[in-house]
Amino acid sequence: MVSAKFLELLSLSEARDLYTVEILSAEPTPAYDRVHLSGLFSGQGEKDLELFSPAWYKENNYDLHLGEEAVSLDRANKTVTASSGKNYKYDKLIFATGSAPFVPPLEGLTGDGIFTYRDFTDVEKIKTFGKSKKTAAVIGGGLLGLEAAKALKDLGLGTTVVEMAPRLMPRQLDESAAGLLLSEIETLGIKVRLNSHTEQLAHSSAVKSFIFKDGGFLDVDMVVVSAGIKANDQVAKSADLKLGARGGLDVTPNMVTSDPDILAIGEVASFEGQIQGLVAPAYEMARVAIETLTGGERIYGHPYLSTKLKLLGIEVASFGDALAETKDAQVVSLANQQAKTYKKLVLDATGSAIIGGIFVGDTAQYFRLMQMSQTGAAIPEDAASLLVPGSFQSGGGTSLAFIPNTAVICNCENITKGQLIEAIQKEGITEISELKAKTKCGTGCGGCQPMMVDILAEQLEAQGIERNTDLCEHFSYSRTELFGLAKKENITTYAALLQKHGTGKGCEICKPVIANLLASAWNLPVLEQQNIQDTNDSFLANIQKNGSYSVIPRMPGGEITPKALIELGKVADEFGLFVKLTGGERVAMFGARLDDLPKIWAKLVAAGYESGHAYGKSLRTVKSCVGSTWCPLGVGNSLDMAVTLENRYKGLRGPHKIKGAASGCMRECAEAQSKDFGVIATEKGWNLFVSGNGGIIPQHGQLLATDATKEEVLKYVDRFLIYYFRTSDKVTRTSTWINQLEGGIEHLKEVIINDSLGIAHELDKDMQNLVDQYKCEWKLALESPEKLATFKTFLNTDLQDDSIKFEESRGQKKPLMAAIV
Amino acid sequence: MTTQWQNAGSTEQLAPGQRGCLKFGDAQIALFHFEQDVWYAVQNKCPHKNQNVISRGILGDKGGEPKVACALHKNQFSLNDGKCLSGDLESLTSYPIKIEGKQILIGLPK
Repeated sequence: MVSAKFLELLSLSEARDLYTVEILSAEPTPAYDRVHLSGLFSGQGEKDLELFSPAWYKENNYDLHLGEEAVSLDRANKTVTASSGKNYKYDKLIFATGSAPFVPPLEGLTGDGIFTYRDFTDVEKIKTFGKSKKTAAVIGGGLLGLEAAKALKDLGLGTTVVEMAPRLMPRQLDESAAGLLLSEIETLGIKVRLNSHTEQLAHSSAVKSFIFKDGGFLDVDMVVVSAGIKANDQVAKSADLKLGARGGLDVTPNMVTSDPDILAIGEVASFEGQIQGLVAPAYEMARVAIETLTGGERIYGHPYLSTKLKLLGIEVASFGDALAETKDAQVVSLANQQAKTYKKLVLDATGSAIIGGIFVGDTAQYFRLMQMSQTGAAIPEDAASLLVPGSFQSGGGTSLAFIPNTAVICNCENITKGQLIEAIQKEGITEISELKAKTKCGTGCGGCQPMMVDILAEQLEAQGIERNTDLCEHFSYSRTELFGLAKKENITTYAALLQKHGTGKGCEICKPVIANLLASAWNLPVLEQQNIQDTNDSFLANIQKNGSYSVIPRMPGGEITPKALIELGKVADEFGLFVKLTGGERVAMFGARLDDLPKIWAKLVAAGYESGHAYGKSLRTVKSCVGSTWCPLGVGNSLDMAVTLENRYKGLRGPHKIKGAASGCMRECAEAQSKDFGVIATEKGWNLFVSGNGGIIPQHGQLLATDATKEEVLKYVDRFLIYYFRTSDKVTRTSTWINQLEGGIEHLKEVIINDSLGIAHELDKDMQNLVDQYKCEWKLALESPEKLATFKTFLNTDLQDDSIKFEESRGQKKPLMAAIV
Repeated sequence: MTTQWQNAGSTEQLAPGQRGCLKFGDAQIALFHFEQDVWYAVQNKCPHKNQNVISRGILGDKGGEPKVACALHKNQFSLNDGKCLSGDLESLTSYPIKIEGKQILIGLPK
C-alpha cells in the first residue's frame, strides 16, 4: 500500500520526469488495500481491493514487475538481483517491502492447518482449508487477530482467540475498554482466552491441541497466527544496512537508511527503534520520501496514532496516548453498562488539553476529540461534558471554532481544514462530492466526512450564499411558511393557496411540494388533486425509465402470510411483471403498463393488500427482525413493534420519504439507526433513534429516548414526525433537518419529551387526526370510475402503448430501451 | 406542407388542468387542457431519453410562458412553441388546435 501511495504522489510531483521507475513486487498482483483484507471473506473480490489498475502503472510510465521478488542487493554496484536472476540498476532505491506475520518460536506452530493472515494467498488458503472444518483458534487478540477471528466466524467456524496479555487489543485499549469489547465479542459467539501462554501445540492427526502454561488445553481444527509483524528486512540485512532494535531498516527523519541512496518507507522502516503497522504513518513516510528525493524539507515526526474500526459490528477507536502513559496524565471516563459504551479522554497534567482517548460502542465524538487533541485545542473546564452524546451536534455547539485551519481533517490524505476552505472558496464548491473529487479528502477511510459536511456548510453560510427560501417564482414563501399558512387558514387545496398567497399558474416545483405539505397537514386523498402531484403520486405507482410502472403493496414489518404471497405471485404471473425484493423488506413488481395498474390493484386489494406508498414522499416501511418472537437472542418483540408503527404511520406524507425500523436486540439486524425513526429493544424497553439516513451522506440516528415503553415510543415518534412536518424545508430528509435544526437533538428532546414549547398536545392531536384520516388510496381509486379513466394510456383508443417493449433476462423481463429511437 | 385536421374527441374528456394522450398511427400526441378553454398539443416523446411520457408531466408557467415538465426528469418545454426551457434539448413538435363547438381538432402535417 505504501508503495502505491509513493507512486501516486510521485506521479503528481514535478519531479516525476527526473526518474525512470521500476517496481519489483514479490506478489503476483499489483498493490492492494490490505486494510480491508477481511472483505475477501464476505464476498469482495481481489479486484475490489486493487488500489491502481495495471493500466494506471502503464499510463504513468511505471515499469511494474509482478512476481519478481528482490532477493539480494549489491550496494557497491548499485544493483538489485531479483528472483528471476535478472539484475536491476538503481540510482536511488526505496525499500517498501512491508512486513510479514511474526510467528512466535513455539513448538508445533508449523505444518498443516497452521496459517498466517496477511495477504491474498493466506486468505485463499484459509478459505479452502476452513471449508470442511468446525473449529479454529487465532493466536493474538490485537487488531489484526480480531479481524481474523471475524473472518473465521464468517466462514462458520467456532472460533477462539488466544491472547497472552490480560486483555484484548492491549496496545490500543485499557482494561475497561477491553473488558467491554470482550463481553460484546463473547455475546457474538467468539470465545476469548486471555493470559494464555502456550507451552506447546501438539498435532494428533488433524487435531491441533494447545497446551497452556496454566495447565489448560484447547483442541481445534486449524490455527491462524496473528501475533504482530516483523519487517521484511532480510535483503537489507544481508547487504549490511543498519537495522533498528526490533528489526526494520533504521531511518532518519528523511526516511534515509544508513546508505544515503537507499530509503525505506512503511512497515519495513524503523524510526527511533519502532516499526508502525498503520496506514497513516506509512503514508506520511511516503510523503517525506518524495520530498527527500526532490529536495523538499518535509521530515517525519512522531507519528500520531489513531485507530477506528468496526469489529463484528462493535465500534472501537483509540488515539494518542490512549493508555495514559504520559506522566501525571488525568483521565476522564464515562462507562455506560446499559448502553454498552465506554469513552475515555486522557488529558495532560494540567487538564487543559486532550492527549489521548478510547471509545468503545459509540465513536460519534471520536473524530472531533482527536482533532482537538492533535491541534492542542483548549477544552472546557468540565472535560467530561465532551463525552456526553450530543455535545457536538450541529447547530448546538461551536465545535468547528475549536479547530484551526492548520488542523488535519483527513489523516489518510493529509488534508487540512485550511486546504478544504481554500478549495471551497476558489472552486466555488457547494457539494460534498465536488469537495471530495477536488481535494481527495475523505477518499481513504472516509472517517472525516462528517467534518467535511460541517466545514462546507459553515463556509457556504459564511460566504453569505444567502439561501433564498422562496419555494419558486410562484410563491414568495418557504415550505415551512406555506405549511403554517395552510394550517392557520384551513386551506386544503393548491388552487386556494395559489389564489390567496401565490401568483401565476404554478410549476413542477411548487405543485408537488404543496401537494405534499397539504397531505402532511390534512391527509386528504391525493387523487382529489391529481394534476398537482408528481407523476408517481398521480398514478399511485413509480414510473420507470421506459414509462412503465412498479407496484409495491404494503407488508407491515415485512410480515406476509403464505396465502397472500401466493396471491401476489399469481398477479405478477398474470401481468408478466418483473419481481424483486426491496431493501425495505417487501416485494416490488415492475413493468406494469399504465392501463394495467387498476386491474392489478383490483386483484391485490381483493387479496387484502393495501397501497405501499412507495411512490410518495411518504412513510415507506418499518423494517424489522423477528425479534423475541423467534430469535434465540431476541430481547424485545420488534416484529410486533414494527407492525404497530407501520400501521400507525402508513399513508403519511411529509417533506421527504420516511423510513422506520425496529430491532429486537442491540445486534441491530433491522438497521434502526440508519432510519428516520428506529427502535432497538433493551432489557427495559426501547431505545429510540431519530434522523438516521442511508442515502448519499449516510448519517447515524441520534438517541432521542432510552428504555422507553411502547406507548412512549409511539408518543415520541408522533411528536417527532409532526414537528418535522411543521418545520422542515422542502424535500428535506429528517437527517438534514436535524442538522439544520437550532440545538439539534437536545432541542428535540426538550420539545418532544419535556414539552418545552408547550405544543406537545397539539402535535399529538395533529398526528391522531392524520392517522384517523387514513384510507388506502388504491381502494379509493378503484371505487371511482372517474379516477380510473385517467389510467387509460390513450384518449382515443383502447390500445396499449406498443412503444413500451421488454426483453428477457434471467427468466424475467426488463425494459428494452433500444425499442424507441 | 398542408395541415390535416384530425378529430381529437370531445372537450369534455379532459377537465381544466387535466392531461391526456392521443394516438394517430404510430404518432403519440400529448393533449393538455391547460386552463378553462386553453388547449395545447405537443409530441408525447421527451427528446431527453426518448420515452413517451410528456402527457404525464406537470403543467405550469415560467414567467407567464405556459410549460410542461416531463414526468421522468422534469425537463421543461414551452407549450407555445415546444422549445426546451431547462437546457438545450431538442424542441417538442407542437401542433395547432381548433375547438369547434365541443369538438377538438388537431392539425397534423399531411
